[in-house]
Parts: sequence; structure tokens; C-alpha cells
Amino acid sequence: MNILNVDGVSLAFGGVHALRDVSLSVAEGTITAVIGPNGAGKTSLFNAISGFYRPQAGRVYLEGSDISRTGPPRRAALGLGRTFQNIALFRGMTVMDNVKLGAHVRTRTGPLAAMFYLGRARREEVRIRSEIEREVFDFLEIDHIRRSPVAALPYGLQKRVELARALAMRPKVLMLDEPVAGMNREEKEDMARFILDVKEQWGVTVLMVEHDMGMVMDICDQVYVLNFGQRIAGGPPAEVQQNPDVIEAYLGADDMTTLRERLRGDRGAA
Amino acid sequence: MRIGSPKETYAADESLFRTRTQWVWFGILLLSLALYPFVANLYWLFLACLICINIISATGLNILTGYTGQVSLGQAAFMGVGAYTVAWLDNNATTPFILNLLAAGVMTTLVGLVAGLPSLRVKGLYLAIATIAASFILQFVFINWESVTRGTRGINIQPPQLFGMEFDNPDTFYWLVVPVTVLMVILAANLFRTRVGRAFIAVRDRDISASVLGINLPLYKLMSFAIASFYAGIAGGFYAYFFGSINPESFPLLMSIFFLAAIIVGGLGTILGSILGAVFMTLTPELLRYGVDVLEPFVQDASALLSPVRTLVFGLLIVGFLLFEPHGLAEIWRRVRRFFHLWPFRN
Repeated sequence: MNILNVDGVSLAFGGVHALRDVSLSVAEGTITAVIGPNGAGKTSLFNAISGFYRPQAGRVYLEGSDISRTGPPRRAALGLGRTFQNIALFRGMTVMDNVKLGAHVRTRTGPLAAMFYLGRARREEVRIRSEIEREVFDFLEIDHIRRSPVAALPYGLQKRVELARALAMRPKVLMLDEPVAGMNREEKEDMARFILDVKEQWGVTVLMVEHDMGMVMDICDQVYVLNFGQRIAGGPPAEVQQNPDVIEAYLGADDMTTLRERLRGDRGAA
Repeated sequence: MRIGSPKETYAADESLFRTRTQWVWFGILLLSLALYPFVANLYWLFLACLICINIISATGLNILTGYTGQVSLGQAAFMGVGAYTVAWLDNNATTPFILNLLAAGVMTTLVGLVAGLPSLRVKGLYLAIATIAASFILQFVFINWESVTRGTRGINIQPPQLFGMEFDNPDTFYWLVVPVTVLMVILAANLFRTRVGRAFIAVRDRDISASVLGINLPLYKLMSFAIASFYAGIAGGFYAYFFGSINPESFPLLMSIFFLAAIIVGGLGTILGSILGAVFMTLTPELLRYGVDVLEPFVQDASALLSPVRTLVFGLLIVGFLLFEPHGLAEIWRRVRRFFHLWPFRN
């Protein structure tokens, strides 16, 4: 069953068409990647799905219901989690507070109850704290840094904290915008393993934008290719890899051997 | 010397004071607050009451500006709303003191919600200007709504009564305002142990991230305005009772700047900062007055200089702290604590 459907989304900024009639569907319990050259509209697509952009045409369905007219907070509450290309953590806060913010949509305490910190407010705080400790920190192996301010952490760990924050939402669909960009090989391997575990242990559907072809080819079940805002291919990785349109989009020529080398050469990274 | 604080439950780890040392210091603080009236004279008790009123208001403003990042220059005018609510109830109804004070808080919350509406569209400097506008509109209402505020003539308020006692002097008023201040500060501190407080900080630091985490930005901005205004209303209510009379001149724009200065000097986005800032900024003019007294025999008209010098000093403090100590007195305090953390084995 498809948990997320994007149906004919078009998005233009003035005369610039960021997305033209893009459709894709994400099956529940799979990892799907959106790839494409720079400026192909991948992040625009993500922003349209998470509600920051209002497409001029097209619809987005989550679990069969139309969410096209709702704002980002509502979509988050419905189960759409996301990370950003440039880490968007709250830098002054500790790792713990950042991750607790992820649990915001799952908690109910109002301002008055919060100020008196009695009964439900207290119980709720303790509950999400222990859930985060047991499920998220333990899983992502970041329990040793729970009290560190985020700004002081190395890049790879910050990426992991951002994933932790998104997981604390207990999303149905997790959108990752370039989860391994700028990482070294070891960090990439860790992240690839975490993403696979998110799918297998948590049962969360993953949709990601990624440039690292090796990783995309290794862990994804489905790949969509965007070029100049249009979807030019979609299917299992092995199939997409052979698609002449994709090869042309990446190289601007039919130099297929170079691309094959690139596609295969990076594989070790994941 | 403490080298760690092991916890057995998450509840213990989430508590307001996480070590025994902190509890001990808190106890000492409460004890000294209780003993203070027995050693201080009337003048110092007067200052203590004034400091408490300012702490309540500064804490409110710090929730809005320091924690939520919405710059407001309307805090004094909001206090005015609270003060006039108390004054009107005192003159037109026989409701008890506590109820009047709560009414002041609720009334100001409502006004603050309306004044906070521009925050949904504008940020930063523009929001500051919008709140100045709100401040002037309220000032206009104070002057011209004569049937309620008695205009520029001002309005008198009877001293508060509770259990048959009259709190008409700083030495009695102290027992009224201090417990409420302690309560209000603790309530504010609690707020930031929960999702609501974290959401405020998230709105301040990265509103895009906040909304992707499901935080409804308009809701939390207005909530922050409401809470800050409630604090201003309570502070304003105490102000009216404390001084016994108010007029539109009692809550000038300069007073809003005073509160902004207090939280900048104290430390934006810290509860301790609101307290330190309010204490510091209330005592600074007193220190200046003392300086004037010393200079009086040597400098002609030294007392005439007091008012302009005070404004100058406020400005210098804001600029100086922003440049050299942007995290305020609270950060200095943290550094002192860190120094003694492993003292005398490491420093």
C-alpha cells in the first residue's frame, strides 16, 4: 500500500518552474530516494510535501487523505517527519531538549499545567523522557551526549541528533534531505545502517534526497529521478541505473561508461 | 565538592533543582527573604518591594523577548492596564484584593493578546515598533477614558486588605509581594521544563524547524504574549496597590525600555537573568542618587543632573552589556559557579 502519494504537483516561482507535474508514490515500509542533478527540484519537492510551498497544481496524499491544504505543523501531527539539508537543530539547546522537541506533537500539556508542573504535565515529561532514552538515544547511540549543547558537537553527530529529533515524533513517513552529505566514509556507513534500521525495526517509511549514488543504490527499494523539475524516471535502483534518460541527465551526453563507473565506484561507501 | 549527581529515576533527573546543594542554597535564599524585614529599615523594604514588582514584570518580558524572541516595548503599558484594572475594581467594587489582582492579570492577558497580533505578521524591529504603537494607544486610553481612569488627574487606590490586616506600608506589603514573586518565578521556571517552554525557544531559534516539528507558530507567539502580559498585569496590580495612586504618567515608554534593559543586563532567555537584571536596574538609580549626595558639596546642582544621568547610564548599560557580556549577569554568575565547581582542586 502507498503511504504517501504525490499527484501531479507543479510549482513555479514567477517564471521559474521548480516542479512540473511531478507524481510519485511511496510504498509503506520502504526506502525511496529522489535523485537528480543540482537544481532539479528535489528540495522544492520536499518543501511541497512538508507544506512550506503551496504548489499551483497537484495534490499530496498521506495515507490516502488529501493534505495539500494543510500547513507544516498539521502535517507533522499527521505523521510526516523531516530533516534538513543544512542541519536545522536548535543550536543553543542541549541534545536532550532538541530531541524532546521532536516529541512535541505527541504531547498535550498546556501552559497552565506546564507552569504548575503537577500531575499530567509531570507525568508526560517523565514519560517522553524515558521513551526517548529507551527508544531513540539507545538506538542512535547518542546517550553519552544528551546534555551537550548541539553547537559543540561534530557534524556527523549533529546529523544523527537531527535524525533522533525526527524519530522522537514517531513519524509514519520520515523525509531525509541529504542525510549523508559532507560525511566521511565511516559516518556514512553508520548513517546507512541507522536508516535501514529505521525501516526494519521502527517500520517507518523513508523518503530521502541523496547525492551519494552508492548509498542510494544499496539501501533504496525505489528511486525517482528529477531533472529540470520533471520526473524522468522511476523504479528499482538497478533499473533506473540503466535508464538512458537518467544517464543523459547526469552527464549531458551519452558517455555511459563514466556514469556506470561513478554509480558503481561509490558503492563501497554504503 | 561535588563530582557527579547520580539519579535513579527520570523524574529526579527532570527536577528543577538537580543537586542537594541547589536545594540548600534555595532554602538559604527563602530564609534570608524571611529574615530581611527584621534587619532592613523602611527605605530598604520599600526598595525590596519595588524590586519584587520589577522582577515579576521582567520575568514576563523575558518569557516573551528572551525566550520567544518577540521584542516588546509595551511591558510598561501592559502594567498600566493591570494597575487601572485594580484601581477601577478598588473604587467600584468590593471584591477582595486577591481577586482584583487576578482580574488585573486576566484583563492584561486579553489586552496583550490583541497587542500581540502583529507578531503573526512581523518580526524583530517591526514588531518592536508595533508594540510601541500599542503602548501609545494604551497611553491615549489611560488619558482619555475619563469615566474609568479619571484621566490626567489620576486615581487613588486603598491599601490592600487580607484577613483583616491592612498592607499600607512597605514593611507589611513586603509579606504580600515576596511570596507572590517567588511563586511567579517558580511558575516561569517550570514552564521551561516542559513542551510549552521548549516550543517558545524553538520559535525564537528557528521558526521553520519549529513548524516542521508540529509547533503552531501563531499559537505559541500569542501564548507567549498572553503569559508576558499576565505577568505585567500582576506586576501592575501590585504597583497600583503599592504606590496608592496612579496616573497616565506612571507607565511611560521609558519604563518599557527599563524592563528591556533589565533583561538584557540580567541575561536574555534565563530566569535568573530576569531576577538579577531587575535587582540591578532597580538599585542602579539608588546608587546614582547616593553618588549625587556625595558630589552635592562639590558640584553645583548635582541633583538636577540625576534624571538625565540616569537615562544615560541605562543606555550605556544596554550597549555595554550587548557588546561585552551579551549573556548578561546570569552568565557572569555561571562563570563564578564554574570556578568554584571543583575548587580548590581545580580552578
